[in-house]
Amino acid sequence: MNINATLLAQCLVFAALVWFTMKFIWPQVLEAIDQRNKEIADGLEAAARGRSELDAAQGRIEQLVSEARSQASEIIEQANGRASRIVDEAREEGERERLRLVESAHSEIERETMQARDELREQVAELAIAGAEKILQREIDAGAHGAMLQRFADRI
Amino acid sequence: MAAESGGGGSAGYIEHHLTNLQAGEGFWTFHIDSLFYSVLLGVLFAGSFYFAARRATAGVPGRWQSFVEMMVDFVNTQVKDAYHGPSKLLAPLALTIFCWVFLMNFMDLVPVDLLPEIGLLLGIEYMKVVPSTDLNITFGLSISVFLLIIVFSIRAKGLGGFGREIFFKPFGKWLLPFNVTLKVVEELAKPMSLALRLFGNLYAGELIFILIALFTLGNTLASLVTSAAAFSFVVQFALGLAWALFHILVITLQAFIFMMLTIVYLSMASEEH
Repeated sequence: MNINATLLAQCLVFAALVWFTMKFIWPQVLEAIDQRNKEIADGLEAAARGRSELDAAQGRIEQLVSEARSQASEIIEQANGRASRIVDEAREEGERERLRLVESAHSEIERETMQARDELREQVAELAIAGAEKILQREIDAGAHGAMLQRFADRI
Repeated sequence: MAAESGGGGSAGYIEHHLTNLQAGEGFWTFHIDSLFYSVLLGVLFAGSFYFAARRATAGVPGRWQSFVEMMVDFVNTQVKDAYHGPSKLLAPLALTIFCWVFLMNFMDLVPVDLLPEIGLLLGIEYMKVVPSTDLNITFGLSISVFLLIIVFSIRAKGLGGFGREIFFKPFGKWLLPFNVTLKVVEELAKPMSLALRLFGNLYAGELIFILIALFTLGNTLASLVTSAAAFSFVVQFALGLAWALFHILVITLQAFIFMMLTIVYLSMASEEH
């Protein structure tokens, strides 16, 4: 075991290797590691952010849904109210129409009744006159007895 | 498993295994095999990690990129726990040390005779395949770390601060020689312990693999039919397996210790005492 120039050669080889490692291996590998670490950290952060955004969106959705639901029920309520109001109005309208019709029918009937009565009265007056002519067997002056006959007819 | 190589029976076999392929004279000797495998493994580490780093994306990583990122993250955590100064150097240094030392240690798990035998076929007489069983390799690493300790100290405290630390601490200026001695011992102990710990563990591990391989030394494949040889074959298999499994722990632990101590030493160097 003798020490000799092999030692010097080994020192040189060592120095060259260390230089090579320092220059061409270490920085590149470390950079790749660091960059990947950074990317992973970014990814994790993005995932966390995405999760929180999802939570927020979920909350917003729930809020929107509940708002929509309350609006819908409000609309339904309004519609129901409107519908019943329309039905009521229609009913009132119908009632009014009916009353009107009934009233006009009444007045029509009354008018017809009057007319019929007038005709009847006239016919009765004529009949009475004819009857009186026959009964009296004599001519009654229509001009002299007309007023009396009219009174008679009015009483019928 | 163990094939006969060289002469001299088991002693020769062991010695052959512990001899480096050398070139040069005196101090200017180079251990070709240690350097070859250490460079090969270094290039394997750098190349494979560069492959992942070049195509590293922040998107879904592939398997290899995941593994590389795991290693980088692991080392980065260790460095951040122990070291608080600003340094672009320390973390890549620690990564290089851990992976490279681990790979060099891992050569210990390759069957002891496999690569040397292939080398013999290619006409290479000696081959030690585990670079970290070579003191030159481990000291090469630890001395580099030692130099970095000095550099870090000076950078953190300035030349004056570093000098003050050497000469006047911990006992004040009246015990200056004592301070210097203490400091030198303290500092020299760091690279020594780093290098010798790694070397000792791996050398011992390698030696035990070699000793286990002795069980079937000199047996040919044909002689395995005899009961004695078959028995030693089984024993070698069992011991080799047990030691290899245990050694997986050792080589990982040694690589980790080398890296951790480097980080600790360098962070100590850049802190005020």
